[in-house]
Amino acid sequence: MELLMSVLVGVLFMVGTYLILTKSILRVVLGLILMSHGAHLLLLTMARLKTGAPPLLGEDALSYTDPLPQALILTAIVISFGVTAFLLVLAYRTYKEHQTDNLDQLRGSADE
Amino acid sequence: MTLLHLAVLAPFLMAIVVPFLYRYLRQIHTGWFVLLLPVLLFAYFIQFLPSVANGESIMETMPWVPSLGINFTVYVDGLGLLFALLITGIGALVVLYSIYYLSKKTEALNNFYVYLLMFMGAMLGVVLADNLIVLYVFWELTSLASSLLIGYWFHREKSRYGAQKSMLITVFGGFAMLAGFSLLYVMAGTFSIRELIAQADVIAGHALFLPAMLLVLLGAFTKSAQFPFHIWLPDAMEAPTPVSAYLHSATMVKAGIYLVARLTPVFAGGAEWFWIVSGFGLFTLIWGSYSAIKQTDLKSILAFSTVSQLGLIMCLLGIGSSAVHFGYGSPESELYLIATLTAVFHLINHATFKGCLFMVVGIVDHETGTRDIRKLGGLMTFMPVTFTLAVVGSLSMAGLPPFNGFLSKEMFFTAVLRAAQLDIFNMETWGLLFPVIAWVASVFTFIYSMILLFKTFTGKYQPEKLDKKPHEAPVGMLVSPVILGSLVIILGFFPNVLSHTLLKPAMVSILPMLLETIDHFGVHIYMWHGFNAELMMTIGVVAAGAVLYRVMFKGESIYERLRQTDPLNHIYDSALAGLIKGSIAITRVQMTGLLRDYFAYMSVFMILLLGYATYRYQALAIDMESVAPISTYVWILAIVFILSTLSVPFINHRLTAIIAVGVIGYLLALLFVVFRAPDLALTQLLVETVMVVLFLLCFYHLPELRKESFKPIFKWTNVIISVAVGAIVTLIAFGSLAAGHHLNFEPISTYFIENSYTLAGGKNMVNVILVDFRGLDTVLEVLVLAIAALGVVTMVKLRMTGREDV
Repeated sequence: MELLMSVLVGVLFMVGTYLILTKSILRVVLGLILMSHGAHLLLLTMARLKTGAPPLLGEDALSYTDPLPQALILTAIVISFGVTAFLLVLAYRTYKEHQTDNLDQLRGSADE
Repeated sequence: MTLLHLAVLAPFLMAIVVPFLYRYLRQIHTGWFVLLLPVLLFAYFIQFLPSVANGESIMETMPWVPSLGINFTVYVDGLGLLFALLITGIGALVVLYSIYYLSKKTEALNNFYVYLLMFMGAMLGVVLADNLIVLYVFWELTSLASSLLIGYWFHREKSRYGAQKSMLITVFGGFAMLAGFSLLYVMAGTFSIRELIAQADVIAGHALFLPAMLLVLLGAFTKSAQFPFHIWLPDAMEAPTPVSAYLHSATMVKAGIYLVARLTPVFAGGAEWFWIVSGFGLFTLIWGSYSAIKQTDLKSILAFSTVSQLGLIMCLLGIGSSAVHFGYGSPESELYLIATLTAVFHLINHATFKGCLFMVVGIVDHETGTRDIRKLGGLMTFMPVTFTLAVVGSLSMAGLPPFNGFLSKEMFFTAVLRAAQLDIFNMETWGLLFPVIAWVASVFTFIYSMILLFKTFTGKYQPEKLDKKPHEAPVGMLVSPVILGSLVIILGFFPNVLSHTLLKPAMVSILPMLLETIDHFGVHIYMWHGFNAELMMTIGVVAAGAVLYRVMFKGESIYERLRQTDPLNHIYDSALAGLIKGSIAITRVQMTGLLRDYFAYMSVFMILLLGYATYRYQALAIDMESVAPISTYVWILAIVFILSTLSVPFINHRLTAIIAVGVIGYLLALLFVVFRAPDLALTQLLVETVMVVLFLLCFYHLPELRKESFKPIFKWTNVIISVAVGAIVTLIAFGSLAAGHHLNFEPISTYFIENSYTLAGGKNMVNVILVDFRGLDTVLEVLVLAIAALGVVTMVKLRMTGREDV
């Protein structure tokens, strides 16, 4: 299962990179979201996907899944959410000010 | 801090006071206050003469950075004292001259004297420091002060050009020299010059010997204007004339000579040092003297003359270093000691007559308004005193009796004639070049000395070409050149006055193991009479020079046929322009201003680095044994996941793309459910929902953009880069899974599983980790959210038009 998930992560990174390389700001933001999905999935995969009970002690199981990567991913999800929300509003404001979402038209002057 | 340290640092302290003197005592020329200092310092250094003449040396140490072996050690021996006396003595005369040369009404005297004092202090530091790093610090200060002085009239284009040029070239050499010093430290473990000399044999056998030598020589050659680094010196003539007289003839350009002389005991003895020092010196000698005859500007003539005379001294130091090869006390070595003696003697002579000539040229410039020899002529009757000084200086420079230049030229011929008889370092094949080049260069020297003298002071007086009516300079302006001119004559008639007090101690510094043989050698200093080959060569020089001058320099036509500028200037200019053009072109190519390109660079470098590292350490591995089995449910989920992800780039409508990404988020939440992470699934669902809502809110309320739809441009480079990124991430994941299985470490999570109830009293392990075991992460994550929220509010609320004060 880890190998399949690694391929999944690779696909997420591939599409994310492709979107970041396009012209539209919105697509760049979408690409970043897909990449952070990929990173979260990778974190989970790397800790092994051995079956076990959810990390709740009330289950009285013999083995549990690893709780540490889940805590790390939870932190990462919240942070990437904050950053993405900020980026979205930034993109929105850029539209408002410059009336375009084309990054080619948003470059600075040549002598900067 | 001893009195000696204070003496070295005094000019810097004085430089602090100068602006106040200039500001509050305007009616008195600031130079008068400044003059006191070099005179005092000269008197102070004079009193070391008796003890130094007895072969003693004075050393005072002040710790600076003791942990790195850097101490401000002032070391006064023959060579250092000779330079210190030159610096303070000529410094005093130059300050006196500048008082009359620079007007107190129109010139920014505070700047001038601050720079000049800074230079004086730096130069004293260079010649008296025993520590290489301290020497380097003062060395760069001389470069800085020199550039400031060259650019003194900074509103002139040419001054700025000259200042920049000298700065670039001398600082280039200075950096090379610092590298050389560092290599010396690597070899010997000390920065102290005297300790280096004591370890000379260790250094000579070291593999880094040659690089260190070349780098140090690069520094010395750039500073002392040796070929091909001499090009900055003629352009430095844009400085006020007192500066040219002081820096660019008597002191700063001799810093390189000083360094070569000072480090001779460390490096000399081998063929490399001998050939590089004397070879470059010899070539500079003839190049400079030939270039000098092409010039029409008096100061340019003197600049190229300085270049050539510095080459002469450098060449002599090179020849003198062969004494080390033979070993002290051997009969051959004594013959070549005379070369070192000549170098030191000519150093003094050159400082006297060149300083005098620069001041003469300054007077001519000051009183007629031009320095062009095509406009000047017949000034003899207007300026009798200046003319006399010019006669003394030029004839001494040309090497005619009874002036001191004659003596050093005779000794120079002796040295090159004997060098031709050397049978070491391939000299048996090339040795003959030495006297031949020296003789030809002397002919050129004779010619330009005559041009300087006759084109300016004799011939036809052309009042229509001059701005001012020429007349004799004020007495105060004449004092300094008269003193220098008298020294030229005194040293010419009584060359031995300095031999015991200065020359001999300086020679001992250059060739320190000489002490046993010095008394025996002393006789050579007096041997300057005799009817010998050298005298014949001098007569030949005068005859050939006079004939050539009469034939070639009849009118001005010669200057049209000779190209006045040095061809190396062209190389320097185009190299500088090419450097700027090239860097602009490179910047244009890489700094496109497009986010896409930068991200592409980053991705490509990441791919290359990671790909190479994976290949290099053979980290590619797939481990099939330890993986968990895949259920049908996961298969279906994964396929749907991959398909929906791959579809995102092909969706043309913005809202559809947003929804597709939302779907991917929910699928991820489902995966979290499958992998038994309830908290993650919950959070992922919430976040994804909020995100999609936020997206839709953002873009739904932009009516003018709703019509605009994605036009994904399918680019092969983008596809290749992104496929490679995806592949490398997958491959690294495979590799690390295999490596993790191979190493088989126990995860630390057993600790959390065992202790989350007993220690923290919670059964949800993920939450216990978040708020208890690793609570700090959560605090900061909350902070991130708060900052993001504030940022969003600020962006939405704050409307700035660009005119507010922030």
